[in-house]
Amino acid sequence: MALSAEEVRHVAMLARLALSDDEVEALAPQLSDILAYADQVGEVAAEDVPATTHPYPLRNVFRADDARPSWPREDILAGAPEVEQDRFAVPRIVAEEG
Amino acid sequence: MPTTLRDGWELVVGLEVHVELNTNTKMWCGCATDFGGEPNTRVCPVCTGQPGALPVVNGVAVESAARLGLALNCSVVEDCRFHRKNYFYPDMPKNYQISQYDVPLCSDGFLEVEVEGEEVRVGIERLHMEEDTGKSMHMGDTGRLHGADRSLIDYNRAGIPLLEIVSHPDIRDPETAQAYLRELQGIVQTLGVSDARMEEGSIRCDANVSVRRPGEELGTRREIKNLNSIRSLGRAIAYEAEDQIATLEDGGTIVMETRHWDEEAGVTSTLRRKETVADYRYFPDPDLVEVHAAPEWVEALRQTLPELPAASRKRLADAGIPDAQATTIVGSGMIGWYDHAAASGADPRVVANWLAGEVTGQIAAAGLDPASSGLTGAHVAELVTLIDEGRLSNKLAKDVLDGVIESRGAKLPSQVASERGLEQVSDEGELRAIVDRVVADNPDVVEKIKGGADKAIGALVGQVMQATKGQANPGLANQLLRDAIDER
Repeated sequence: MALSAEEVRHVAMLARLALSDDEVEALAPQLSDILAYADQVGEVAAEDVPATTHPYPLRNVFRADDARPSWPREDILAGAPEVEQDRFAVPRIVAEEG
Repeated sequence: MPTTLRDGWELVVGLEVHVELNTNTKMWCGCATDFGGEPNTRVCPVCTGQPGALPVVNGVAVESAARLGLALNCSVVEDCRFHRKNYFYPDMPKNYQISQYDVPLCSDGFLEVEVEGEEVRVGIERLHMEEDTGKSMHMGDTGRLHGADRSLIDYNRAGIPLLEIVSHPDIRDPETAQAYLRELQGIVQTLGVSDARMEEGSIRCDANVSVRRPGEELGTRREIKNLNSIRSLGRAIAYEAEDQIATLEDGGTIVMETRHWDEEAGVTSTLRRKETVADYRYFPDPDLVEVHAAPEWVEALRQTLPELPAASRKRLADAGIPDAQATTIVGSGMIGWYDHAAASGADPRVVANWLAGEVTGQIAAAGLDPASSGLTGAHVAELVTLIDEGRLSNKLAKDVLDGVIESRGAKLPSQVASERGLEQVSDEGELRAIVDRVVADNPDVVEKIKGGADKAIGALVGQVMQATKGQANPGLANQLLRDAIDER
């Protein structure tokens, strides 16, 4: 399937990427090629082949509900762009997510 | 009366309820979950999504989810997985929330609630497992979301196990929505999987509200957030119904959007246009393996479910307890106390009367709730037994209860009674002397009683009670007074 320039812009917006018009034009066919490549899987996938999320024959790997030490706060906050009142300070949030 | 709409309109509501589980640790990592830690002290590489960190599912959370699903009459699917829901919002440090998408752990259940004496069944579409987000503080001029110039984030809550329970749009009035949320809260608390306190945010509710002409297709819905109490839920739905109908009748249209309820102003306002599901780009989380719920495991969980609130209320009704008392006792989690006291031989109706009345009142007056009051079934059983045996009058029992609650349950009622000198005087010799004096002092009243004015004896009992500072056994005082009068 071929991606339109508009679809590329939408995907770029979702990924918070600022693309120039030239980049959109260059990426549209490239992304289309990637999708076509992935589509090849559909040629061999059949009803009797269950969807797999990963290659390991594992399920029900559970963790006991026992607390373990967290990271020291300085280490966690070391990666924050800005710290205020021991919290991550970020540009104002426009809308509530849930 | 249920809220009525303008003629010719029908309200359609579905609820999304989030329940924060009370596990010791987060959903995918061993960070502690207890309330009130210093900001960003319960955070690790897993819950902040550091490269290479490996999440592992909390087994207790899965069990809690399945138990709640079963209690809501859902089927538990045999195989399910987790998905990443991608979005850019700083409340999740990973830029995605791990949730469930195509196959939730539980689906197709229902909850029956009673509204104005009528049973209403609300279908439950799904119950899935996910994780909570961090807490944001919005700083700036107004201190509120709009007008804030920066937000401060604490990730302690990010990653705490969360269940989302989505109802079908089966609700037709605000009262049913409130009853549904209240009943769900009671079930969650009975199962013990969450404190389910709205004021602390451990149970939260969003409402999808639309209106239509009866018989027509579903109208466009708006999602209402920031409903912090059962009262807010009812008010916000009633407001939305009126606002949507007015908009449509004026020739306007409803757009799909998320709205914010302002409790003080009593209105909702636009927060944002809803993103489409595709925008979240859900995909299976490659770090997490599938969950397989073996039918035997599910069956074992079903067998060990406790009695649910509806069944408890029915049992109390069958024992002759008035509905309002049963609702209070079950709703505030005192059913265990009731059972303990009733099993110890106390009269169930007296127990219920005390629990729903004085016990509830005193606990609330002390700013506590049943769980934090320190009371147990043993305290209640002993208190009611002391009353039954005539060792405490109702009035003295209230003082004793006060002492027990003051000690947060450290003292038993008998201990408080003897410490405060509140035990009822049931000693005949001691009482008889007082009775004789009261009879001698009131010849006119005695004459009246002898003349057939039986009720006048109350005045004499009152005097005996006064003389004993309320500690006389009223029944015994009454009997002794009658004996003394007859002898005259």
